[in-house]
Amino acid sequence: MPPLAAIAPWLVGPRSSELLFPILALPVMSLLLAPLLGARGARLLALSSLLIGLALALTCASALVSTGTNLVYPLGGWAAPLGVELRLDGPAALMLVLSAALLLLIGLHAAGEFSVRAMGRRATLAFWTLLLGVWAGLNGLFLGRDLFNLYVAIEVLTFSAVPLVCLKGHAPQFRAAFRYLMFALLGSALYLLGAGLMLGIHGTLDIAQIRAILDAAATQPPSTTDPRWATLAAVALMSTGLLAKTALMPLHLWLPPAHGGAPAPASAVLSALVVKGSFFLLFRLWLDLVPYLPELNVGLLLGGLGVFAILLGNLMALMQARLKLLVAYSTLAQLGYLFLLFPLASGASGGLAATAALVQVVSHALAKASLFLLAGRVLAAFGHDRLAELGGFGRTLPMTLLVILLAGLALVGLPPSGGYLVKSLYAAAASQSEAWWWRPALELGGLLSAAYLARILAVAVGSDPVAATASAGGSNPSVRWTGLLVPTLLALGALLLGLLPPTLFSVMDIARPGMGSAGAVAEVMRAALTPAGFWNSAGPVSAMVLFVVLFHGARQSAWGRRVAAAARGLAGFEGWLRQWRTAGSLLLLILLIQGWTAMG
Amino acid sequence: MPGLPLPDPRWADVPLALASLGLALWLTLTRRDRAAVIGFTGYGLLVGLVWVRLGSVDVALTEAALGGGLMGLLLLIAVRRLGDGTALSPPPALLTRLLVGLLCLAVTLGLAAVVLGLPSPAPSLVEAVAQHQALTELGNPVAAVLIAFRAVDTLLESVVLALAVIVLWSFGADRAWGLRPRALDIGPPSSALLLLGRLLPPVGLIVGVHLFWTGADHPGGPFQGGAVLAAMAALVWLTRLGEPPPVDDWLTRLGIVVGPLLFLVIGLSGVVVADAFLGYPEAFTKPLILLIETAKTLSIAVALALLVAGPPELPGSMSTGQPATTESRVTG
Amino acid sequence: MTETQIYGVCGAGLIGIGLYGAILGRSALRRLLAFNLIGSGVFLVFGAIARRGGLAGGGASDPVPQALVITGLVVAFAATAIAVALLMRLAAVEGEDASSRAASRSTDALSPPVAASASNSAGGEEPARAGD
Repeated sequence: MPPLAAIAPWLVGPRSSELLFPILALPVMSLLLAPLLGARGARLLALSSLLIGLALALTCASALVSTGTNLVYPLGGWAAPLGVELRLDGPAALMLVLSAALLLLIGLHAAGEFSVRAMGRRATLAFWTLLLGVWAGLNGLFLGRDLFNLYVAIEVLTFSAVPLVCLKGHAPQFRAAFRYLMFALLGSALYLLGAGLMLGIHGTLDIAQIRAILDAAATQPPSTTDPRWATLAAVALMSTGLLAKTALMPLHLWLPPAHGGAPAPASAVLSALVVKGSFFLLFRLWLDLVPYLPELNVGLLLGGLGVFAILLGNLMALMQARLKLLVAYSTLAQLGYLFLLFPLASGASGGLAATAALVQVVSHALAKASLFLLAGRVLAAFGHDRLAELGGFGRTLPMTLLVILLAGLALVGLPPSGGYLVKSLYAAAASQSEAWWWRPALELGGLLSAAYLARILAVAVGSDPVAATASAGGSNPSVRWTGLLVPTLLALGALLLGLLPPTLFSVMDIARPGMGSAGAVAEVMRAALTPAGFWNSAGPVSAMVLFVVLFHGARQSAWGRRVAAAARGLAGFEGWLRQWRTAGSLLLLILLIQGWTAMG
Repeated sequence: MPGLPLPDPRWADVPLALASLGLALWLTLTRRDRAAVIGFTGYGLLVGLVWVRLGSVDVALTEAALGGGLMGLLLLIAVRRLGDGTALSPPPALLTRLLVGLLCLAVTLGLAAVVLGLPSPAPSLVEAVAQHQALTELGNPVAAVLIAFRAVDTLLESVVLALAVIVLWSFGADRAWGLRPRALDIGPPSSALLLLGRLLPPVGLIVGVHLFWTGADHPGGPFQGGAVLAAMAALVWLTRLGEPPPVDDWLTRLGIVVGPLLFLVIGLSGVVVADAFLGYPEAFTKPLILLIETAKTLSIAVALALLVAGPPELPGSMSTGQPATTESRVTG
Repeated sequence: MTETQIYGVCGAGLIGIGLYGAILGRSALRRLLAFNLIGSGVFLVFGAIARRGGLAGGGASDPVPQALVITGLVVAFAATAIAVALLMRLAAVEGEDASSRAASRSTDALSPPVAASASNSAGGEEPARAGD
């Protein structure tokens, strides 16, 4: 029998849902074997299983495309509510492929840096084991349909992410890791409480079953046994917990020190993938679990916080003294774009907004991973990442600077980058729901991103001779030209995302009626060629040039000093937000407001 | 005892709840960390009683062993190492205390409203479990849920335990890699502790194994049994009658992962013989389950003990436990 | 009130007390204790739900929430162990740093108190030292 026909039932036929459990089993198996193989074996094990895992994810995605509906797999043969089911739909398939590919690429990039010879046995075993742990947790998050199963997956993810922060073992990083762990645990506790309440209200933890119960209840006239209010309270709890884990401003206190202090490949994994895992759960909760989103004001709250994040995150990035912290604050700002999904997620614009959010997940992941890996190169070359002392680094590392520019432009939103797709799709969604007030945030965000990119450029081409003559660390493996391969690939991926055939985008539509991603993306790319589209491309570039000029000229002027004073004030405010007591109080406040707005 | 009129246990509910709340409040507000930790251990016992009142004896056992016993040991070691009482964070202003207190009160009231407003009749999975329990040949419904119906959660949670040990080890200094963990090395044991360390572990071993074995049909199981076994190991290490294994000892690592690994392998074989990942073939259900649970108990015991033992350390680095200078307090 | 109501409300109260302690606790260890209180309260809410399910279904307690609580207890223990290890290791590293820098600059550079808002000290990699 031809081999293809033998495996057809799994690829296109009735048995394709059986592809789901290997996606969970493989990372778990590798994770368990890693300590047995020791530091040297763990690296090879991690990279090879990521490769196999990528192949599996792609196979699953193609099986999904062939079947055209959800793939559901009840574990152990037990169906919900007694048992736990795995489910693959479009967005899940997208995320599986993205995480496997990105982890593999970051792993390949870090293979030299995290070897026994370079880092010692402890850090090497830890890094590769934790990488596998992140992968296992993410896969569980993307495939899960049971609220408690998702909780355990989140915990696997958190326990793998936190130690990545303090791999290097210095005091500031241990501090950052502890803060991350504590805030993440607060979030988990809230999530778990919400999940338990769901069980008590509905008798099941399966998202699809709860949705079915809520849909059925919605058709009945309101009564005292209406589960709606209690359900929304539970969802508010879960949502707040996930907001803490996704570091949506003002609940962001843990992210800058954690992502800014971790070793570069770890920062790449944390910013690109780990925070997206908890966001994906928010996506599931508000779009799949709860049918009431159109009527709730909670979308306004989340969107408002998203705008706050875009503005404050970008402004803070502009003011950072260290490159890695700049990139970390840029992450906070870009996460804000994800939350514009919620106010626009219902009605005619829902499909556009959902597509935009998913494209943002992909595009930001690629661009941010690239930026962090490049920042790692700069750090390795000069021994520090203080921007004030990096003047002229573009002359020592010209190619690195070029790729930084490419990745930065992808974030700024130059067509055909992913950033451009995201902004245009959101703008289209806002127009369609006649909620024009979200658009200025998109524009302003793009301009501010251009500003901090310009700042990096200004530093890089600046005239400070210190960095230009500093040793470029020739023997350091991170600074050989091979260290540019992965970041360049990622940056180009983010920058050229819009050039992919639109039908590829329709993968995220599978099992989600009303999305229309392929058409939307094609439409937006067509618009890039019109005069309005020209402004979209010329606008950020010219803004950037203007800012570069401004930076060079105005630094010493009185006007510059006034701006600097305002900036210090803003930094003070943001620092106050990052105090533990402030953040904790805001967490509770947001919980109460979410509960209140969710109840109507 | 026959003939003795016992009071209605429901009279204990309100006092027990109030005592738990009161103790929790006290240990939150008291000034010394060591007192708070000891209070927390007592709190764990109270909560164990609450679980018995709620009819969940399996959970009561787990809470007593893990939440009360091992957790208390862990926190006491922490207090010893980190110093007691004088915290670095400035005391919160009265206004801050009021505001935060108000927020917490609002959350509590909202939660209480939701909990009191849960629908009646309550949804229940008791019948569903009872219906399918026979397939697992287990008499304890909680065990059936853990090992069969929700096997993936148990598998992932064993993975979490193993991962946590590796995480703990990764915190050690580079120079200390390959050495032994020393958090339990608090100095020469007193004679009372030494006596306990000689008398208790054999008894604890039997109790632990019994707890695990009886968990198939009665309250108990791998977690409860493993926790008791881990506590015995910790006691042996505390009294210096034995030493924790060095972190690059391959057998120790095997012990940590053998439980989840075996679980995973049998689960994968279930694809072939039972047509479902994590499913069990009808003929061999009980033996397979027992095999998995035995391996799990071993791994849980090893992992829990190592979690208490801490990261590997150079000998003599922090053995007396008192921080060297005031700078080495933790700001968190 | 039935015991499920009493302990359900008790759980809510414990969560509130724990949240207070987690936000305002003065030492890291206290905040960790408070977090465990929150966890304990969450589990009690589960327990009340289990009891309700049990009474409705004819048993003492619904086994599914019980199983979830047991899993959660183990995860919470692992989390606490990791947190404690972090704290102890942080104390050890700070102690080493303090003694190795006793002669030179002050410890201000090493221990950014939470009030310091400057993003420069938001934590991050130390400048590369020889052999780093």
